[in-house]
Amino acid sequence: MADDTVLRGHVTLEYPFTRSTGPVVGAFLTGLREGVIVGIRRADGSVLVPPCEYDPETAEPLTEIVEVADTGVVTSWCWNGAPRERQPFTSPYAWALITLDGAATPMLHAVRVDSPAAMQTGMRVRAKWRAEREGHISDIECFVPEDAS
Amino acid sequence: MTAPLDPVAPPITLPPSLRDVEPVQRVRTPFRLDYEVSAGRSMAAYLRAMKEKRILGERCPVTGQVFVPPRGVTPTSGLVTTELVELPDRGYVESFCVTRVPIPGRDDLQLPYVSAWIVLDGASVGFLGLVADIPPEEVRLGLRVQAVWRPDDELGETADNIKYWAPTGEPDVEITSYEYVGQPGEAP
Amino acid sequence: MTDIAIVAYAARQQAEVEENELEMIAPLIEQVRSETGLGPDDIDFTCSGSSDFLAGAAFSFVLTLDATRPVPPIVESHVEMDGAWALYEAWVKLQIGEAKTALVYGYGKSSPGSLRDVLATQLDPYTVAPLWPDAFGIAGLQARLMLDAGDVTERDLAEVAARSLADAADNPNAVRAGAHSIDELLAEPYLHDPLRAHDCPARADGGAAVILAADDVARRVCERPAWIRAIDHRMDVHHFGVRDPRRARSAELAAQAVGVTSDKVDVAELDAPFSHQEPLLVRALGLDAANTRINPSGGSLTGHVMMAAGLVRLGEAATRVHRGDADRAVAHATSGPWLQQNLVAVLEGD
Repeated sequence: MADDTVLRGHVTLEYPFTRSTGPVVGAFLTGLREGVIVGIRRADGSVLVPPCEYDPETAEPLTEIVEVADTGVVTSWCWNGAPRERQPFTSPYAWALITLDGAATPMLHAVRVDSPAAMQTGMRVRAKWRAEREGHISDIECFVPEDAS
Repeated sequence: MTAPLDPVAPPITLPPSLRDVEPVQRVRTPFRLDYEVSAGRSMAAYLRAMKEKRILGERCPVTGQVFVPPRGVTPTSGLVTTELVELPDRGYVESFCVTRVPIPGRDDLQLPYVSAWIVLDGASVGFLGLVADIPPEEVRLGLRVQAVWRPDDELGETADNIKYWAPTGEPDVEITSYEYVGQPGEAP
Repeated sequence: MTDIAIVAYAARQQAEVEENELEMIAPLIEQVRSETGLGPDDIDFTCSGSSDFLAGAAFSFVLTLDATRPVPPIVESHVEMDGAWALYEAWVKLQIGEAKTALVYGYGKSSPGSLRDVLATQLDPYTVAPLWPDAFGIAGLQARLMLDAGDVTERDLAEVAARSLADAADNPNAVRAGAHSIDELLAEPYLHDPLRAHDCPARADGGAAVILAADDVARRVCERPAWIRAIDHRMDVHHFGVRDPRRARSAELAAQAVGVTSDKVDVAELDAPFSHQEPLLVRALGLDAANTRINPSGGSLTGHVMMAAGLVRLGEAATRVHRGDADRAVAHATSGPWLQQNLVAVLEGD
């Protein structure tokens, strides 16, 4: 008589989260709203992108926000052939580590090309900016090959 | 009056492009994850019985104490427990709290409301429930209560089938102890 | 230093478990208790590892405490980590003499949610997580760097997968197993170029339970205890750009701290959820792959329980010592993107 089928229920965990940024992450996001990408200078002169408040190797506070280019080189990529909800696009694209001109460290973002055949480590890309920006990592819609129209 | 705290980190310097613009200080990062959870064997039995207006507990194989809702393992034994016990839908208030402020998303709760720790006859532990049909200032420890169920066509596999607990009018239970290590199934 | 050993281990890995987490872990705890004869009253300290993000609820580990017989009250702790780190905390408790026995368990039921999206929430919340990059995509970036640099070839990755799948045929807990030729595996399409399906972890629900005991207690309850000679864990920096994904510096440091290479290693159970991470870890730990049996259990490629995979590696390594298949074994656990956190232990039998 007892029902042995598995009893399931739907649970949604949802939070609105508005995070305070502080001055360093705030500067990065301000830059995105203004259509520029910034990093922060380390003691050895190299520029960390995205910027962080303390040097990850020495723990010293970092203070000098520096503008870098919105063009750079793909240092690694991985094809996302079946995009998931909340990801940047519904059609396939590449995740990539992109080292911008002027930066010593790569940042992670999406590269929009038609197929993995169009991706190559070392290719040059440029940021495609959204027309309306608010100070969010997705103010950069994606990166595209530098010579794309 | 104390002086304001000095900032720990020195102030940052900005490139020309960011010097004269309003700085971003907040960013929206909404979070959402979805789950299809399975209730598990014991909880499924409890929820299915709820739909039939029956309340199930489980009996500890070591101490004989009765726990409700049943989880499949009793905390007094740590052993997988399969003996389910049917409990009446009546018991008493072991403790309570009167709340006069609203909760976001719970417009269904009429203020003030009384949340109470309900111990069913035969159970060794209580659980949270609403007490109503009585002025809040008359709610007291030991008050005997009975479940008020939703209409049959509104019943589901949920403890929400019990709208609230209402006084039965019987004499109060005399609570002499809050220890659950007494005789199994007996009200303390 | 007190002699502390793993004296019992039980695990379960299954593609999808229908019971809830408490019903899933309770039989494993009962099993290690009955193997050692150590009941709830004989356990001085209990520590578990699990994640609220898998369960979709705050304080979700409280649900499973019933299996530890918490009434009357016990001495207990929890880490929002793989059970391997719960074992570390229990080891510390025994080292400082506050306990002689400990029950450790880790578990994860990831099937109700979407694990690959859950894992996106551990990334930088301002600059990375809002793009919701899934765990396989992140791992693929590391694999590409290794392939581009010549650290590994796609053939090397297929060899790791083929060997793991073949070894898993002997493991009743494996969710993926079988004989496949390298060419067969290389003919499979990419799942996330450059990763193929078999290069990625075999997600499973389940858990593991372990009992630790000190000195004479260990000798009394276990015929050949797996003594934890040394254990250490380290963490790499969070900022993606600063890490070199071709190395796991935290694993290198932990391996040096425990002296992995000070003697022959018969068996190494490495928590490498992705195939490219095995050769990376072999190099990081300084292992001699030609003379060490790597992942005889099949490893995380053939069965991976989030929050328990590391504890399973410890248990599998200990089992080889218990059985006499190994005199000296190394066990490794990892957490976070690109092997961000690593725990390494050396186990020895008398």
